[in-house]
Amino acid sequence: MTTNPQKESSFISDCIRWSLSGGIGFKIYLVALLAIMGTGLFSYTKQFQEGLIITGMSDIVSWGLYISNFTFFVGVAAAAVMLILPAYMLKDKDMHEVVIIGECVAVGALIMCLMFITVDMGGPFKVWHMIPGIGLFNWPSSILTWDVLVLNGYLALNSLVPLYILYCNYHNRKPVGWKYKPFVFLSIFWAISIHMTTAFLYQGLPARPFWNNPLLGPRFLASAFAAGPAVIMMVLIAIKQWTRYPVNAQIFFKLKRIIVVSAVINLVMLFSEVFKEFYTFTHHSLSAQYLFFGLQGHDSLVPWIWSAIGLNILGTLLFAFDPTKGNPRYLMVAAISLFTGIWIEKGFGLIIPGFVPSPMGEVVDYTPTSNEILITLGVLATGVLVVTLLIKPALAILLKYKETNA
Amino acid sequence: MNSSRKKEGQMKTKKNEKKTTRRSFMKNLSVAAAAGSAGLVTGGCVSLEKTEEMGLKWEEYFKKNYRLMTEEEKGETVARLERLAKLKGDGDIQMSSQGPRENVLYGYAFNISRCKGYMDCVEACVKENNLDRTSKTQYIRLFEMDSGQLDPTTGDGKYHHEVPVENKFYMGVQCYHCENAPCIKACPTKATWREPDGIVVVDYDWCIGCRYCLAACPYWGRRFNWGEPEIPREEMNRKQHYLGNRMRMKGVMEKCTFCVQRTRQGKLPACAEACPTGSRVFGNLLDPDSEIRFILKHKKVFRFKEELGTDPKFWYFID
Repeated sequence: MTTNPQKESSFISDCIRWSLSGGIGFKIYLVALLAIMGTGLFSYTKQFQEGLIITGMSDIVSWGLYISNFTFFVGVAAAAVMLILPAYMLKDKDMHEVVIIGECVAVGALIMCLMFITVDMGGPFKVWHMIPGIGLFNWPSSILTWDVLVLNGYLALNSLVPLYILYCNYHNRKPVGWKYKPFVFLSIFWAISIHMTTAFLYQGLPARPFWNNPLLGPRFLASAFAAGPAVIMMVLIAIKQWTRYPVNAQIFFKLKRIIVVSAVINLVMLFSEVFKEFYTFTHHSLSAQYLFFGLQGHDSLVPWIWSAIGLNILGTLLFAFDPTKGNPRYLMVAAISLFTGIWIEKGFGLIIPGFVPSPMGEVVDYTPTSNEILITLGVLATGVLVVTLLIKPALAILLKYKETNA
Repeated sequence: MNSSRKKEGQMKTKKNEKKTTRRSFMKNLSVAAAAGSAGLVTGGCVSLEKTEEMGLKWEEYFKKNYRLMTEEEKGETVARLERLAKLKGDGDIQMSSQGPRENVLYGYAFNISRCKGYMDCVEACVKENNLDRTSKTQYIRLFEMDSGQLDPTTGDGKYHHEVPVENKFYMGVQCYHCENAPCIKACPTKATWREPDGIVVVDYDWCIGCRYCLAACPYWGRRFNWGEPEIPREEMNRKQHYLGNRMRMKGVMEKCTFCVQRTRQGKLPACAEACPTGSRVFGNLLDPDSEIRFILKHKKVFRFKEELGTDPKFWYFID
């Protein structure tokens, strides 16, 4: 592939221009995101100076809001495969139109994941200790090193493939199949692996009976393939609302089907877990007891998990029985309720009870501090900003390519 | 500016003294660079000590994992840490990098029927190991138990009253220095490992603070420095070991090291020495005449959460 530097710089500058152009509403939206990021950054400098002591975590609940969100957004990133698989493998035309949006959402989600891991670390400047060669990489023993590999690999796959396709389209060329298709197939397996590996982080710890459960990995996938497409659907509705980019009604129909199947499988697995914990109540069920009903007077998670289950069931039912036949507003409500339900359940509904009771039987409640919440919001705003700034030029290029080749 | 010139001068003499490897050259260069930039920024009016401190910290930042260091490099980092402590105002630290002794494998036994819950072990441990006073960190915890149970998770780990109490008994828990330790497996950077004498240690400077080991430990044997640990200067134990009780920093993991700074010199851990009831037995499992071997042979012993296959080097027994 020959490129001349003149053209290359115009690709980059055009992308930046398309990213940032927009009406006054869009400008306000960007400023709002930047403001949230700024507050997050300010809170993080405080955490950096004083240590993680400014969070609500302790030696008993030693992972909190950051790792909860990390876990959930790995799922969102993995869910891009639900568009990639039909678009490239099954040659689904409708899905092919929007697969790029799924990939942009995956990149944003991965950036959030990496940021959540970084803000959770005690010594972020010592990250180089993990780089093979100059540091010591405890691979294959530590599952955390596997997670580092698969997350970064998936980020590379999901940035480079769309970048290549868009670059070709920008120059009004059809992308060459053999140059990117192998990576697409690789990314399908990779998507499964990022979420299984993240599940194995928890699943592989006999110290924590609540996590040490062979269903954890499969359930991660099922919930991810429900919550992730729900996020993508929200983005698509926004695109349909505010841009010229055509989003076919068929796409909503297909996404809805994926979501319903995954959400139902997720609920079945949830029921199976709840049955196991409560039919024969053992010492190992104490965490579930803490989560669902409270333990020794500590019940801070109880309202959360029940609202999560409520939202989960509501979202699933709304998607399964859609009387409006794809009304965007209706779908938005359904997507938000399912997404929020899974976010709570798989976020701190999964992480916090793993630590309670402690291996020495102690029960404490965890409440995130305002600093911790601000940092989390800052990371979320960064993710939303990344997704926005990626999707805008991508759609502009695709639209132009389509119009010239129509 | 003077100081940076002085450093460069030192570098030159050092270079002449021994054959310069690439690594040591880079290291010296980085010191000179750090010292030089510090000098430049502050216009040369900064004290010599400040520049030296920055240079030392710079070198400390780029050092290797302790296990990969040669004896010479271990000596160098220990010297740097002693000097840094002095510059910080912590006084004269004696830091050791003493390795494991030959034919030694440490083991611990706890006599449940003797312990009366006085907590002298906890106090001795806090003092000996320079544990953070602000967060009241403890490596050892004593659980007060009712008769009819033998699992510390059902006991009371926060009792605060006069002991001994009628019909109660006590169990001490701490890091069990497992042979098959889940924490070691979990660590992504190999910052924690088991020494040949059986002590599970942490290289505090190599730990990135991800806390995966804490999640992996089934015995709650590990502690994290959520903030900067603090100890009144007059209470600081200045006899330190690199892998043991040296001052920790915020954002790193720490744990019981069987008092590596004492035991490698043939002394008992602080907890075993302080125990007024003789409930704590510590010794060399490879020595057939040791007390610990006697207990393992003649008493009925058990280990906590044996079903997890961690193979702890810590036994409980009943007289």
